Amino acid sequence: MADTMQFDLVSPERRLASLQVTSVQIPGADGDMTAMEGHAPTITTLRPGVLTVNGPDGATDYVVTGGFAEITSTGVSVLAERAMAKGDMTQEHLNEMIEEAKTTYAKAKEFWHNEPGPVDDAAKLLSDMVAMGTHIGLDPEKPNF
Amino acid sequence: MANLKVLKNRIASVKSTRKITKAMQMVAAAKLRRAQEAAEASRPYTERFNAVMAGLAASVGGSDSAPKLLSGTGSDKVNLLVVMTSERGLCGGFNTNIVKKAKSHAQALLAAGKEVKILTVGKKGRDQLKRDFSAHLVGHVDMSEVKRLGYADAQGVAKDVLNRFDDGEFDVATLFYANFVNVVSQVPQAQQIIPAKFDGEGADEGVSTLFDYEPSEEAILADLLPRGVATAIFSGLLENAASEQGARMSAMDNATRNAGDMIDSLTIEYNRSRQAVITNELIEIISGAEAL
Repeated sequence: MADTMQFDLVSPERRLASLQVTSVQIPGADGDMTAMEGHAPTITTLRPGVLTVNGPDGATDYVVTGGFAEITSTGVSVLAERAMAKGDMTQEHLNEMIEEAKTTYAKAKEFWHNEPGPVDDAAKLLSDMVAMGTHIGLDPEKPNF
Repeated sequence: MANLKVLKNRIASVKSTRKITKAMQMVAAAKLRRAQEAAEASRPYTERFNAVMAGLAASVGGSDSAPKLLSGTGSDKVNLLVVMTSERGLCGGFNTNIVKKAKSHAQALLAAGKEVKILTVGKKGRDQLKRDFSAHLVGHVDMSEVKRLGYADAQGVAKDVLNRFDDGEFDVATLFYANFVNVVSQVPQAQQIIPAKFDGEGADEGVSTLFDYEPSEEAILADLLPRGVATAIFSGLLENAASEQGARMSAMDNATRNAGDMIDSLTIEYNRSRQAVITNELIEIISGAEAL
């Protein structure tokens, strides 16, 4: 036991985490996956969701949106467009993100008439956001006081 | 001999100018440190990103199905120049250098019979380009409201650029910004962002490890290329921010020193004329006394 691997979580603005961990749960675009040491080299895009890191000091949760994860047998690097510790996530952040996803969805519906692809993508993004909000215990619709 | 009162006022005014430039220098120094930290913090992301993209681009790039953002539109007729400059002046040759680089690039393209469109980010570059290239300006991104540069700002610019690309407004996009070398040296830089070019050591690394891709290579590439544009713009903006503060700091340092020199020479002139007035009065008194 206790085979560890290097884990890096970086966003364009800063490096959020860099440590030795035992496993990482990644919200992949095609479904969640857990990466441990010795995982086959994989690159996956992320959907908005919660990334769980099992490190030496227990599990840490991060909220990530956009970007991708690069898994090699010796480590995982997650490059997320937006990432923050779950504890720092507030209702305002969520509202802002959902609002953004809604605008994208509305724009996509307006812009693409006969191609369902981009509209579906935008709709999925929105529902992912809402699902993420529910998952971390924030109300995706109404502000909580 | 200049009037004493005039000289005195002059000295006072130069002194207050020196105070202002000194303060600006110190503010720029503090901001520079912050800007440098921000640029430093974004580096791991940019590096990893480019390494992965280089690997992906190398494996997919050759096929016909490669996205347009990577392979280009098949022509290089219409060029978009994204010129990023500062919102404020008083930073030495910073803006002029970037604009000069962009201008010579534009002139070379025009001479080769290409079409040139210019998108400006930052007011100062727009003001300078308006004189010679007003017909080519297609848009402007205002950054004056931005207090602290975030990734969202870069995404805004990227979205603008990508929308134009999707509408077929241009074939090639080049980014102009100043690379921060050190406080006294900022090198204006031209970087092609569309079609995307990824270079560096990442290319070999990506090929040597065989990755599984989820969903598919093409889907990932299509998802990441627009992000790549935003990432390139973001790192350009950060470099620019650091360069601007560096340029302002050294410009204001020079100004402070010049003001000091000016005060010295004005003070000497003031003392001389004061002495001359005293001597004059003495001569008058003495000659008056002798005449009696």
